[in-house]
Amino acid sequence: MTRAKSDPDGNLAQVRHVVLVLSGKGGVGKSTITTELALALSHAGKKVGILDVDLCGPSIPRMLSVGRSDVHQCDSGWVPVYTDAQKRLAIMSIGFLLEDPDEAVVWRGPKKTALIGQFVSDVAWGELDVLLIDTPPGTSDEHLAVLENLKKHRVDGAVLVTTPQAVSTGDVRREITFCKKTGVHILGIIENMSGFVCPHCSECSNIFSKGGGEELAKLTGSVFLGSVPLDPLLSSSIEEGKDFTQAFPDSATFSAISSISKTLLNSLRTP
Amino acid sequence: MADVPDNAPEHCPGTASEQAGKSASCQGCPNQVLCASGATKAPDPAIAEIGEKMSTVKHKILVLSGKGGVGKSTFSAHLAHALASDSTKEVALLDVDICGPSIPRIMGLEGEQVHQSGSGWSPVYVDDNLAVMSIGFLLSSPDDAVIWRGPKKNGMIKQFLRDVDWGDLDYLIVDTPPGTSDEHLSIVQYLSSTHVDGAVIITTPQELSLQDVRKEIRFCQKVKLPIIGVVENMSGFVCPKCKNTSQIFPPTTGGAEKMCADLDLPLLGKVPLDPRIARSCDEGKSFLNEVPDSPAAEVYQRIVQRIQDYCSNRVREEQSAT
Ligand SMILES: Nc1ncnc2c1ncn2[C@@H]1O[C@H](COP(=O)(O)OP(=O)(O)OP(=O)(O)O)[C@@H](O)[C@H]1O
Ligand SMILES: Nc1ncnc2c1ncn2[C@@H]1O[C@H](COP(=O)(O)OP(=O)(O)OP(=O)(O)O)[C@@H](O)[C@H]1O
Ligand code: SF4
Ligand SMILES: [Mg+2]
Ligand SMILES: [Mg+2]
Repeated sequence: MTRAKSDPDGNLAQVRHVVLVLSGKGGVGKSTITTELALALSHAGKKVGILDVDLCGPSIPRMLSVGRSDVHQCDSGWVPVYTDAQKRLAIMSIGFLLEDPDEAVVWRGPKKTALIGQFVSDVAWGELDVLLIDTPPGTSDEHLAVLENLKKHRVDGAVLVTTPQAVSTGDVRREITFCKKTGVHILGIIENMSGFVCPHCSECSNIFSKGGGEELAKLTGSVFLGSVPLDPLLSSSIEEGKDFTQAFPDSATFSAISSISKTLLNSLRTP
Repeated sequence: MADVPDNAPEHCPGTASEQAGKSASCQGCPNQVLCASGATKAPDPAIAEIGEKMSTVKHKILVLSGKGGVGKSTFSAHLAHALASDSTKEVALLDVDICGPSIPRIMGLEGEQVHQSGSGWSPVYVDDNLAVMSIGFLLSSPDDAVIWRGPKKNGMIKQFLRDVDWGDLDYLIVDTPPGTSDEHLSIVQYLSSTHVDGAVIITTPQELSLQDVRKEIRFCQKVKLPIIGVVENMSGFVCPKCKNTSQIFPPTTGGAEKMCADLDLPLLGKVPLDPRIARSCDEGKSFLNEVPDSPAAEVYQRIVQRIQDYCSNRVREEQSAT
């Protein structure tokens, strides 16, 4: 790559804020929350990028209906894919670099570390207000690789996603230690999948319990950013790659997402 | 020699890896000459030792899914409970999720510690015939994070198989982390000199999950791990008030049923969403004992029966083959 050596930030030079989306637990909605926050921020007029570093299960392309055929290379690296004509939302997924997207990526850690290391600095983002990084579950090779390669640049912090039940908050509690040990500031905790309102009778069932995210925030002295309900309209929008924030602006789920994105944006403004 | 010696630098690729002795991190490592010579890449003697150790384990079942949070640990735990409800059977549950161990909580063993015995580590017992092992038992507090790179995780898994005093077992169930990564490669590799009955694949109904699970199935085929069948979990929710069913995780591409038909795999059953399952897990109790007459418990029992049948058929086939 022909990046100017004098510029240590390289492709991230014009990226104002970098936010990691993390969770020690799998399937809590990291990719969903990343997608919805990105949509909400871009509709609020921000320029947003999503970097998906989940090698074994990259979900972002499907959630935003973009394909790898849309990716190109230029002098300064990979050109991200834009989801809109105004180029307000840019996506780059590590899944795009794989030869056969249906093949299992059965790589040991060191190989992943090498690819992610390269990938993180090789995307030509241009000017962005916020770059969101969607990560795989756990605290392992991928996470360490991302952090190591972003060290040169400033990382604003991490948003931790959990579901309400103890099985999940227990893992996220360990993730908080990961953040502390690696010097990543915790921007806040989001509780996802909290409470399901039956579309037939409006009865609310706490399928995965309730309140665990807020409790965890209290326990660990972190900011609680809010909770997002378990909403079949959200899961089906995500399945079909449709923009939930545009399709259901009157829903309780939408107002939860937009309030979280506002709080997040404010916390980025006041460092 | 361990995969990552204590004196190796942080980025050691593992002494048995292709890159051993040659990667950038090997520069200046005291073991570089030895690693570069290829001597450390010889088949790990632990594989034979594990083979020996596992010869007293009749059935080995792996629980897998490419996707996170679909209920692997919940299923592993309930499979173990159900198998151990027959007091003549010895059952063990091994958690190889090194970074996110859930099994101690789900089995009601939070805060338990592993003990060293003459013949190795002794597992923690839920019942006389139900033993559990997890890295969670080696951590000193609920805040402890295991921030390990692949090679170090592999070393731990090796120890779990070789150095735990499992005794004679009818079933060893292995709960795995999401994805196809070091842990999965290691468990398959370390068990390669023993017979693994097969894998149970867990998925949820939506395509986002199936797209990862299909990859996991390819992984199984690649490493020649037989697939016992697929369980669709979180399959629909019946409102306790109005009894209407909602597809919270919609099967937009036909769910596990269509995938199984396409790939010619048995669908073992569909477990509905039930808040009492999540609560039982949080409380460390068996849902099968808590609410035995619920539709979800019935589905679990039927799935367990099919897995038992699969295992005993395999024994019969083997006997008739010899
Ligand atoms: N609030 C919600 N309401 C309904 N469905 C949701 C919600 N949040 C997430 N989901 C659904 O749950 C599933 C898991 O979410 P997602 O893939 O975002 O989790 P993840 O944490 O990224 O998983 P992984 O650990 O595998 O990367 C998806 O199918 C998603 O559509
Ligand atoms: N059928 C179900 N109904 C309600 N809750 C369930 C059901 N199955 C699993 N759960 C709950 O969903 C959460 C995720 O399940 P579990 O931890 O078993 O998933 P996993 O696949 O092991 O996750 P990971 O990928 O993080 O290891 C748990 O809190 C569990 O109690
Ligand atoms: S030489 Fe390389 S592979 Fe060998 S122990 Fe050192 S770092 Fe690890
Ligand atoms: Mg994800
Ligand atoms: Mg698990």
